[in-house]
Amino acid sequence: MSVLKAENIKLVYGAGTSFEKTALDDLSFEIEKGEFVGIIGHTGSGKSTLVQLLNGLLKPTEGRIYLNGKDIWEKPKKIRNVRFKVGMVFQYPEYQLFEETVYKDIAFGPKNMGLEEEEIDKRVREAAIFTGLREDQLEASPFELSGGEKRRAAIAGVIAMDPEVLILDEPTAGLDPLGREALLSQIADFHRVRKNTVLLVSHSMEDIARISDRILVMSKGRKVMLDSTKNVFSHGRELESIGLKVPQITKIMMMLKEKGVNVDTSVLTVEKGFNEILNILSQKTKE
Amino acid sequence: MVREITLGQYMPGKSFLHKIDPRTKTVLLIAYIVFIFLCRNFISLLIMSLFSLLVIFMTKISFMKYLKSLRMILFVIILTGFFNIFYGSGEVLWQWQQLKITSGGLINAAFVIVRISMLMMVSSVLTYTTSPTDLTDGLERLMKPLKIFHVKVHEIAMMMTIALRFIPVLLEETDKIMNAQKARGADMESGNLIKRVKSLIPVLIPLFVSAFRRAGDLATAMECRCYNGDKNRTRMKVLHFSIKDLIALLGCLVVFAAVIVGNMYFPAVI
Repeated sequence: MSVLKAENIKLVYGAGTSFEKTALDDLSFEIEKGEFVGIIGHTGSGKSTLVQLLNGLLKPTEGRIYLNGKDIWEKPKKIRNVRFKVGMVFQYPEYQLFEETVYKDIAFGPKNMGLEEEEIDKRVREAAIFTGLREDQLEASPFELSGGEKRRAAIAGVIAMDPEVLILDEPTAGLDPLGREALLSQIADFHRVRKNTVLLVSHSMEDIARISDRILVMSKGRKVMLDSTKNVFSHGRELESIGLKVPQITKIMMMLKEKGVNVDTSVLTVEKGFNEILNILSQKTKE
Repeated sequence: MVREITLGQYMPGKSFLHKIDPRTKTVLLIAYIVFIFLCRNFISLLIMSLFSLLVIFMTKISFMKYLKSLRMILFVIILTGFFNIFYGSGEVLWQWQQLKITSGGLINAAFVIVRISMLMMVSSVLTYTTSPTDLTDGLERLMKPLKIFHVKVHEIAMMMTIALRFIPVLLEETDKIMNAQKARGADMESGNLIKRVKSLIPVLIPLFVSAFRRAGDLATAMECRCYNGDKNRTRMKVLHFSIKDLIALLGCLVVFAAVIVGNMYFPAVI
């Protein structure tokens, strides 16, 4: 059974006013347990709106969302429980820190869940390890941390709730290349160890291509495709037509193919591209 | 929730009221406030109320928006109205020990409620139809004479511009932070008053931190550009007193005159 399922969801902002805007239209998809799904789309394609719907921060105007087969809006008063199961890390999450110490801030979510003191302690420390925070930083004020560390602390605050589905909205925005790299591999590690379902929203093809199993492509509030990473990027021209870029290496492969070189255009990483070109060259020399 | 706050929000449009000079609007608003408190009887009050409704209608902005601006001070209106019932002289209608309701009190209450509501709605007309930059520009020009007393008129106007400019930004930020804390299970919708106030801490602290950060960034950016808007500043849009302003001025004068006449020829009830 799928962990998350959206059925013909539609969301209209400011219905009935002059600012009326349809953010999402007739969107359906299913996400399997333990999957790593990337969500990509141009600015304003409805990615952020979609993820807010999935954890019940927004209510769809039409359609239903199922979590483990249950409609999340069945009991509107219990929507908090949905938010514990579908953890959400917003864009620039460091702006949500507020407690006196990093430890207390990470513990905010688990505390709201009503967990035992011991369990909270265990979860906070685990989350800190996953996000690469040092032990001594837990007792520091969150406002003393550097920008990258603040973001780790904020992400740890959501991971500590141990959500079945973890949603990250542009987690690497504004980080330097090294910080990006480190954060992404930590998210990948978290997914591998915990086997939680992870949804990663990003507009960076390189990031998404590297770690997702499947990709949901959005454009203008609609689903363009939901397919395995390899298949999605083999539709390079379609992606470009909706204003998305394929990873550079894939682009090079596409151009080679157009020039008549018989390469695999679904290559996503530089290493694989390198090997692919090497293969072709060695074949040519043999001939 | 926070999106519903409409106070001080400019709504672009092309109505007559959008087009008149902000200085004219500000001066007329002040005069209006004086005159709504000068009304001594129901005739005058009726004239002012009808005039207010006409002005509101002329802005071509939905009446709902004005009602929403009233909702914010609804508590104040009800409270002042309620207490006014017990103050005043005249025929005693109901009495319980020291407390008594008089006909004068009821009239007082009615006057206060109408006055505050009209005041709020017509003040909203100014902020709804004037962009913040125009508004502070107008205020700066109006306050210029104070420069003789070494009042830093330009700096005050600049501070107001910045404050107004950041209201929507901070509201949006509040919304975002609230969502982020809700996603971590913060419960802001249930519980008693104390619990609810406490539940605002996770929202207020990040909001203050972010407001100070923004203020610091803005100050640095202004310093870097050697900002000094006071001396030798020229303006792209120079304010002009046009025929429209004259019409507005005359229209208001007629109404204000009518109020004075109404006060003179009909018995005062308050």
